[in-house]
Amino acid sequence: MFRTALRNVLAHKARLLMTVLAVMLGVAFVSGTLVFTSTLSDALQNTARKGFDNVDVAIQRGGSDRADGAPGARPALDQKLLETAAHLPGAASATGTVSGFTAIADKHGTMIGDGFSTLGGNYSPGPNGTDARYPMRSGTAPKGPHEIALDAHTADRGGYKVGDTVRISVDGPVREQKLTGVFTTDDARVGAGGSLALFDTATAQKLFAAPGRFEEIDIKAAPGTSQAALKDAVEKVLPQGTEATTGRQLADEQAKMIAQSMDGMKTGLLGFAAVALFVGIFIIANTFTMLVAQRTKELALLRAVGASRRQITRSVLTEAFVVGAVAAVTGLLAGIGIGAALRSLMNATGAKVPDGPLVISPSTILIALVVGIVVTVLAAWLPGRRAAKIPPVAAMNSVHATATTKSLVVRNIIGALFAGAGTAAVLVATGMSDGKVTMGAGAALLLIGVFVLTPLLSRPLIALASPVLRLFGISGTLARQNAVRNPRRTAATASALMIGLTLITGLTVIAGSVQQGIDKMATSALKADYVVSMATRSPLSPDVAQKLAAVDGVTASSPLRNSPSRIGADTEYLTGVNGKDFGRLTQLDFTEGALGTLDGDRAVVDASLAKFKGWHVGSRLPVTFEDGKKGTLTIGGIYQGNQVIRGIILDNGTLAPHQKHATDMQVMVKTAHGATPEAKDSLVKALGKNPAITVADKKDVSNAIAQTFTLMLNMVYGLLAMAVIVAVLGVINTLAMSVFERSQEIGMLRAIGLDRRGIKRMVRLESLVISLFGGVLGIGLGVFLGWAAGELVSGSLPTYELVMPWGRMAVFLAVAALVGVLAALWPARRAAKLNMLQAIKAE
Amino acid sequence: MTTTHSGVTFAGRSTAVAARATDLSKVYGQGETQVVALDAVSVDFRQAQFTAIMGPSGSGKSTLMHCMAGLDAISGGSAKIGDIELTGLKDKKLTQLRRDKIGFVFQAFNLLPTLTALENITLPMDIAGRKPDRAWLERVVETVGLSGRLKHRPSQLSGGQQQRVAVARALASRPEIIFADEPTGNLDSRSGAEVLGFLRNSVRELGQTVVMVTHDPVAASYADRVIFLADGRIVDDMPDPSADMVLERMLGFSGGGNTSGSAARPRTPGLDATGRVN
Repeated sequence: MFRTALRNVLAHKARLLMTVLAVMLGVAFVSGTLVFTSTLSDALQNTARKGFDNVDVAIQRGGSDRADGAPGARPALDQKLLETAAHLPGAASATGTVSGFTAIADKHGTMIGDGFSTLGGNYSPGPNGTDARYPMRSGTAPKGPHEIALDAHTADRGGYKVGDTVRISVDGPVREQKLTGVFTTDDARVGAGGSLALFDTATAQKLFAAPGRFEEIDIKAAPGTSQAALKDAVEKVLPQGTEATTGRQLADEQAKMIAQSMDGMKTGLLGFAAVALFVGIFIIANTFTMLVAQRTKELALLRAVGASRRQITRSVLTEAFVVGAVAAVTGLLAGIGIGAALRSLMNATGAKVPDGPLVISPSTILIALVVGIVVTVLAAWLPGRRAAKIPPVAAMNSVHATATTKSLVVRNIIGALFAGAGTAAVLVATGMSDGKVTMGAGAALLLIGVFVLTPLLSRPLIALASPVLRLFGISGTLARQNAVRNPRRTAATASALMIGLTLITGLTVIAGSVQQGIDKMATSALKADYVVSMATRSPLSPDVAQKLAAVDGVTASSPLRNSPSRIGADTEYLTGVNGKDFGRLTQLDFTEGALGTLDGDRAVVDASLAKFKGWHVGSRLPVTFEDGKKGTLTIGGIYQGNQVIRGIILDNGTLAPHQKHATDMQVMVKTAHGATPEAKDSLVKALGKNPAITVADKKDVSNAIAQTFTLMLNMVYGLLAMAVIVAVLGVINTLAMSVFERSQEIGMLRAIGLDRRGIKRMVRLESLVISLFGGVLGIGLGVFLGWAAGELVSGSLPTYELVMPWGRMAVFLAVAALVGVLAALWPARRAAKLNMLQAIKAE
Repeated sequence: MTTTHSGVTFAGRSTAVAARATDLSKVYGQGETQVVALDAVSVDFRQAQFTAIMGPSGSGKSTLMHCMAGLDAISGGSAKIGDIELTGLKDKKLTQLRRDKIGFVFQAFNLLPTLTALENITLPMDIAGRKPDRAWLERVVETVGLSGRLKHRPSQLSGGQQQRVAVARALASRPEIIFADEPTGNLDSRSGAEVLGFLRNSVRELGQTVVMVTHDPVAASYADRVIFLADGRIVDDMPDPSADMVLERMLGFSGGGNTSGSAARPRTPGLDATGRVN
């Protein structure tokens, strides 16, 4: 039987082409993702490891409360500890490091890099007078408060040479530094496209920590001393609240972190690959159903001469296996190509990807092959079973066995049950406070139900198009009838397109609505004309708020100052504001109490926090400030929080005495004449045209929110495009098969006088009708699911409001139509070129 | 020469020519594999006459019909429908010619399964975008006896009924000539006789011109004239044939040994020949 199956595959090469392509695309997507992420992950991990070459043991502030900034004395990593460490037995040298955010302007004043990884650090010369981490390419190390060195990539991007003056900003004020050197580095963050500026140690300490303090001390072992032995030695001199870690451990930790962050990306991409493969299943199932139908006589003959049902099924599945294997292998090769291409593409767009070999792990190969073959064989399973049910007597019948209406009735009942239950679950979920699971299950049920019902829906929905189709004369009429001729096939073809469009439309609806909601919330609560913040959302120096308050025309201003505190057992962040101006800068919606005058121990709290804690107006909160002193806050009002303003808000006058090193997250500014270019100009000028600081009016805030959503949507569109491409293959496949099956009819039509144009038009219109059918279903379902998911969101986003993306929806429908037209190109040409005589004579 | 049907007296034989082949040649392939299917055939098909083309397999009878009907290209000579020369016509013009001037009845696959019987009958006119002549359509439908079945789809009709729909379609647009290619090849003898009867009636009563290719002597006996082809040449022309005469002539071919007779074996004459020959 295997030989029969193989012969069949070879005999139907052309008809299996689209199936192979569809599986191949899915597999290529999967293996491309795997190759790309593991290559990237490996390369990043390698560079990360290289970064720890000079570190055998590192001393850092203690593990548990290292990051949360809770109040209490900070353990000191000072010069004394550095020297002690350097002279430990087994230590060759010790380096103290500090680092922090440092924005670097290019010659036009705009910041270099995207802000995610714009760093500053200290150049710490070892015994030989150089810092092994940062070999100088040109110039010398920075010395004194006014000098700086830049990494080579950043210097090139900014067009800076040794001797130039570079404008930088650490926490607000602009500093002008002389560039003394350009260095190279293995730092993974620089390798990934970040920038790094180096100061001498004293300057860096002042900027990023406190004079004489380090954030980390790295110790290099003397030759012959193991990292573990050195760690033991270090641990004997560790002050309270600090810990020692070996370089290998740190490297492993970082490698693990990189792998984890890659995993997120990988899962996301594989999710989209799964959608593409799922769409492919419809095409495979369709193809094998058609092949089985066309071979009814042949299969019946096999049964008549003694093949068992199981043998028939197995022969169809063997065919699927061969097809799947071919597709998986070509897909894997294409995927490897995609992986390699993606890397160079990312390099070309500026996001630097560290060099490294292309990683094709055995698991990638295995997964690609298994996915391709399993998907194909699974999709061919039902057609295979159907093939086995062909009675031997069918070999003698001239009429091909047609699907009975009974099976469609069963199908419709099942579909209606699924769709009904799904719709009900989705509707119920919209009324629940936590309906995510119900909604997800309902959406899945509904989708399955609609898949099952598509054959039933095809007739009435396509009938709706008949008035338009009639305009195209007989070609239109024939196209409509051909489209509903085999409802299962039409349904499977349209479903493939439906899936992609459902996802695309649903996400567009949700994203658009949520964006509007967030936008409204952020801007409606804001009376300030401008919000000033660091481009990277890192803290501003209080200096900025002072400078802004002093600008001519500024009528009110307030920083949003962050300070950790402890209330009861929990760490809570307090937000200090200018109590005098706060009311003029915001328009908060108070559910209880009022803003009143913020001063003394009076504070206002956002509603969700108050609800969570059970606080009310008049509640008195015992608070431990960041310097460890205790006090009490009284709640004067409870407001609706939003993206910008939330948490516990009190007057800066109350907070200031407890803060040694105040930092502001944002500064809100109101000007006399509202948001005008002149006002913005004077604010920017007052800040010394700082490259790292953005002065945003309400529109900028909206745009920034919109931009995030647009970026996300565009990425999703790009990834879902794959599913649509696979769907196009499906439409081509179905049409080509239909043209092949109907070649006699087409020959007859040509003979009695339908010209080539008419034939082409007939095929094209059929394609258009099927595609639009899938498009309408997909868009409809997408809107429904988008609306339902939005109802869930609206619980946590009070300003949420359904926004129908009419323009986008029209575009999606146009895309569906385009899919139809494009997919019909080749089948229509084929149909028009059919040799009439052979078509009529063909048996 | 004008070829309007109106006013023609059907009782008499018209002498006008509906289609004419002059030195018509058809050659397939090239060089050593070259096959001459038609070798300078000249023949006239007169108006309002039922002509049968007979011959053993490979004699070129189907090729002659295909070339005359504009379904296949001609290698040499000339083929005319009415006064229109087919040689040199582009596909578009040929298609229009087939649509407007020619009717077809094939052995099988005559009807579109998605259309009703009536829609199938009016299909050529729908393609042309013309309105069918109501009165004529009714007459045709009545003649072929399909009045009660117009809303049926082909799958709901018997094989004989399907062929009658095909005959009605060929007649409905009043073509100058109808070509029928083994129209009874897939039918049982009863249904076959019915279809042949309708074709003959269309000639007698409606003044239609019909050219039919067949290898069945009984079918040929319905015609006014039988042309015999062998090896791409016309070897005989028999007016007012009977089944026995045709059979005798056919047996003469196979006996003559210049063609392999097996493929051209006619139906057993004893079963259905008697009584049907007029």
